[in-house]
Amino acid sequence: MMDFLSLKKNLSKDFSSFKKIKIAVLGDSATQFLSQSIKGYGYEVDLNFEIYEADYNQIELQVFDRLSDLYRYQPEYIIIQKSALKLLNNFYKTSVSRKSAFGETELRTVREICSSISANSKSKIIFTNYNEINDGVFGNFAAKVESSFLYQIRKINLGLMDLAREIKNLYILDTASINSSFGMNKFTDAKMYINADMVYSLDVLPEIAKQIADIITSIQGRIKKCIILDLDNTLWGGIIGDDGIENIQIGSLGIGKAYSNLQLWLRELKYRGIILTVCSKNTESLAKEPFEKHPDMILHLDDIALFVANWDNKVENIKYIQSVLNLGFDSMVFIDDSRFERGMIKQAIPELTVPDLPEDAAEYVPFLRSLNLFETASYSEQDAERTKLYQEEANRTILYKSFSSEQDFLSNLEMVSEVQDFNKFNAPRIAQLTQRSNQFNLRTIRYTEADILKLASSNEHKCFAFTLKDKYGEYGLIGILILEKQNESLFIDSFIMSCRVLKRSMENFILNQIVEYAKGNGFKNIVGEYLPTVKNVIVKDLFKDYQFKESSGRWYLEVDGFVVKETFIKRK
Amino acid sequence: MQTDQIYSQLNDVFKEVFNKNDLEINDDTSADQIEEWDSLQHLILMITVEKKFGIKFTAKETQLFNNVGEMVKAIKSKLD
Repeated sequence: MMDFLSLKKNLSKDFSSFKKIKIAVLGDSATQFLSQSIKGYGYEVDLNFEIYEADYNQIELQVFDRLSDLYRYQPEYIIIQKSALKLLNNFYKTSVSRKSAFGETELRTVREICSSISANSKSKIIFTNYNEINDGVFGNFAAKVESSFLYQIRKINLGLMDLAREIKNLYILDTASINSSFGMNKFTDAKMYINADMVYSLDVLPEIAKQIADIITSIQGRIKKCIILDLDNTLWGGIIGDDGIENIQIGSLGIGKAYSNLQLWLRELKYRGIILTVCSKNTESLAKEPFEKHPDMILHLDDIALFVANWDNKVENIKYIQSVLNLGFDSMVFIDDSRFERGMIKQAIPELTVPDLPEDAAEYVPFLRSLNLFETASYSEQDAERTKLYQEEANRTILYKSFSSEQDFLSNLEMVSEVQDFNKFNAPRIAQLTQRSNQFNLRTIRYTEADILKLASSNEHKCFAFTLKDKYGEYGLIGILILEKQNESLFIDSFIMSCRVLKRSMENFILNQIVEYAKGNGFKNIVGEYLPTVKNVIVKDLFKDYQFKESSGRWYLEVDGFVVKETFIKRK
Repeated sequence: MQTDQIYSQLNDVFKEVFNKNDLEINDDTSADQIEEWDSLQHLILMITVEKKFGIKFTAKETQLFNNVGEMVKAIKSKLD
């Protein structure tokens, strides 16, 4: 972890090549060090955070005045830092008879703050929750007294989570969790609070800044999607090839509990949508044996999307896993107990995240948890199915090899697509696609769920969502189209497809849909734009290939005379 | 710890906090002579000193130091 002085040193470095993101910081205490930490941490994640810092204790003043400097600044993110110590002071000023309603009143204010921000800006709100102070007035008995501070502050923290579920552009920075891992004495430096009205210690500031950056980068689409796991001494204790299935440590044998805990955590990540894969130097049949036969194994073969066990170099094996899953290295995490393997992989594939696992397996889970590697900006229940989707994909790859032509393969898949409007049911998945997809994404514009719902009811836009299934299974919702009506033209604001359905003729199906809609609704032209990023090279020539004509950076297609593209997908 | 040892370690802290490798301190060095030494930077300085020497200043003490000489005296008395 970086220390505060290093973050401060970053401030004088060159940020000019990084993407600029405007952030406003509003606090109920002094925020200078917080702002410096956030700005400095940006250097670590290649982002140029341009920060507007409101004057001391101006949250309400800025938020409720629609002509305030805050709104004039038009930040992408507004960080609202409220502190438990200030809350405590307010609580003490509240009359005894009103103390039981203190939490509710506070939550009402938060709701009003969010409403005002939403009404006056497009900013996303990052709101700190509260480190839970037991003020020692009731001791443990506080649990039984509704008018105690502990009771009310916990109510507020839970209420903030409820608000975050409801208000789509509200994100909670969980300072309560950070406090519980640091401890109150390390979280706040009494000296800094008394002398400068700062509530975060220099030690905790880098962690706060990191987690703010985690939230922002995940909203920007930088998320981890896959874990590559070593087996011996990582997933179980001992070496399967030497010790045999009855002697590896998992469950109750030796320190097996440490490995069971890691497997439990990994399975939870799988449910959350993280793809688990195995990369092990082993004989494949031996490596698979515990997954198939050991009664204490938590993970089974169907939890693993891709199982690679052989005696080849791990670098090559990881490159193979990357190519089959078609994910970026920067979205993958490699977990291996061997320092040697980790060093080799880090050097060969620097984009890969390679945590330096502690020597002691008992510390694996606490250590990995503390890294906050799996921050996300969206979650939908379909995420639990993702492993199955990748396994089905592997089956298709095998089928593909058995056909002589791509056409034969595609028509054999019996693909069906349903074309949907945007609605509140598919909005979470659509928002997620805009945030996760980097490759087949023409303009890489990220939308939140709230944005998607706005688009759904906008008269200036026409939006479509596409599902796909074939005889092997459901791909789910894998494509979206956001069209903006501009007089006689339809502008393609977003055309995004999940990389799982590349080369399925899905893009042809979607293009046909655009033209069909245009013709049916009196539009004469379709206008497209390609905004290059390091990751969307595969759609660089998309418009050219579809015979769009270029003119000053944009691509134009007349709908008259359009020849319907060949597709192997039937419309449901 | 000898006074000159305290000086040399304290000088390292100053170099780090003010990000100046050629900074040399003496008893009379005070906030007037170092441009960046404002009240916030002073807090960072105090906390970095605490860490370096494994000592703790009280909230009041941090407000009292007028110059490096006083600081060294306080560090020495806490270490003894």
